Amino acid sequence: MAAERGTPAEALVGQVVLPGDLLLLPAHYDEDAEGERLRLSGGAAPQGRLLCGPGLRRSGAGLLVTTCGLLRHRPGGGGAYWVDSQQKRYVPVKGDHVIGIVTAKAGDVFRLDVGGSEPASLSYLAFEGATKRNRPNVQVGDLIYGQFVVANKDMEPEMVCIDSSGKSSGMGIIGQDGFLFKVSLGLIRKLLAPKCEIIQELSQLYPFELVIGMNGRIWVKAKTVQQTLIIVNILEACEYMTAEQRKQALAKLSGN
Amino acid sequence: GDTSVLAGLYGPAEAKVSKELPDRAALEVLLRPKVGLPGVLERSREQLLRQTCEAVVLGVLHPRTAISLVLQVLSDAGSLLSCCLNAACMALLDAGLPLSALFCGVTCALQPDGTILLDPTARQEQEARAILTFAIASSERKVLTATTKGSCSVEEMQQCLAAAQRAATTIFQFYRDSVRRRYSK
Repeated sequence: MAAERGTPAEALVGQVVLPGDLLLLPAHYDEDAEGERLRLSGGAAPQGRLLCGPGLRRSGAGLLVTTCGLLRHRPGGGGAYWVDSQQKRYVPVKGDHVIGIVTAKAGDVFRLDVGGSEPASLSYLAFEGATKRNRPNVQVGDLIYGQFVVANKDMEPEMVCIDSSGKSSGMGIIGQDGFLFKVSLGLIRKLLAPKCEIIQELSQLYPFELVIGMNGRIWVKAKTVQQTLIIVNILEACEYMTAEQRKQALAKLSGN
Repeated sequence: GDTSVLAGLYGPAEAKVSKELPDRAALEVLLRPKVGLPGVLERSREQLLRQTCEAVVLGVLHPRTAISLVLQVLSDAGSLLSCCLNAACMALLDAGLPLSALFCGVTCALQPDGTILLDPTARQEQEARAILTFAIASSERKVLTATTKGSCSVEEMQQCLAAAQRAATTIFQFYRDSVRRRYSK
């Protein structure tokens, strides 16, 4: 990794980078590599410390790019760099809210398929108001919305449906009906950004319930089956449509 | 030319207990020829591709998982192995697997009169004295894999290697352009 091959990181922000590219950082940053796989680094960095997000690894004096995508930079705090890449495969990350499908009940623990490399485990006591006598009514095939409490590359991921204060705050078993489908992770991040236009435009069309999991799964429920399917088709197509095409499609639908 | 290979990558997925490695991802390559069942030649090519890919994929980030790469030959008009290498690299890139570098495959054919042809067609391959295939990494054009069919001297091999490294630059530029096109949409 010769020094002359590296380019300053600021020069490449917003451009496509390929694995093997070496990024040089200004010398006055005190580098601290917190490589989080597949999560936009939203953690607050202490003053003067640079956060190295998904797609980058620290190597020697600079950062090595490991996935292809657009290089992004956030100047807040000590600054953060990460690579915005389009992917469909999910890798569990601690703190992510995901939708899991119950595949098995093994004693006191449910096994959930979250789309990663191994099933996650969920204890029956990790629901709001659950005690040894008052077990939650979870069957095989149910959908559960929860967050990861343990998720690293060496251990089996563990999920819970309560937050740190013991409240469920929207997590738990997802009700009957509705439609679950899979999209790419890039679309999920777009939908979860604050003030997402897609959701605002869709909510003017029909009222509907929406659960978005960071593992690429979305659950939708509207009043009728037809409305549900229309919303599903629009969300799936949003990945490839530009904003104008989307507005045209929605205008056609609301005109009907 | 007309050689085309379809590549599909699945992973990191759950590995069978007999195949999982405790500290890194287990990479598996399946090469399917256009007609017939896979034979010994396909098996040896699969091992070659597997070792090349293992050198660049950061398997330590996904221990106890399995990554499967399936290559289907759609048409073969010469330089099949380097086409498979390029398809494998693009599949790894597209899937978002962590890589330490990119690689590309270049084939050189040594004519009986000593001239070097890059990416020969099937006819040129048959007339050639020796065929050399190199897998070259994007970091400082290092050689990841070299395989030879036929006989050639050491100097000729060095010349072929230099020519292949120059050609690799063009291929990496093509990778960069295709990724740029994909992300500009």
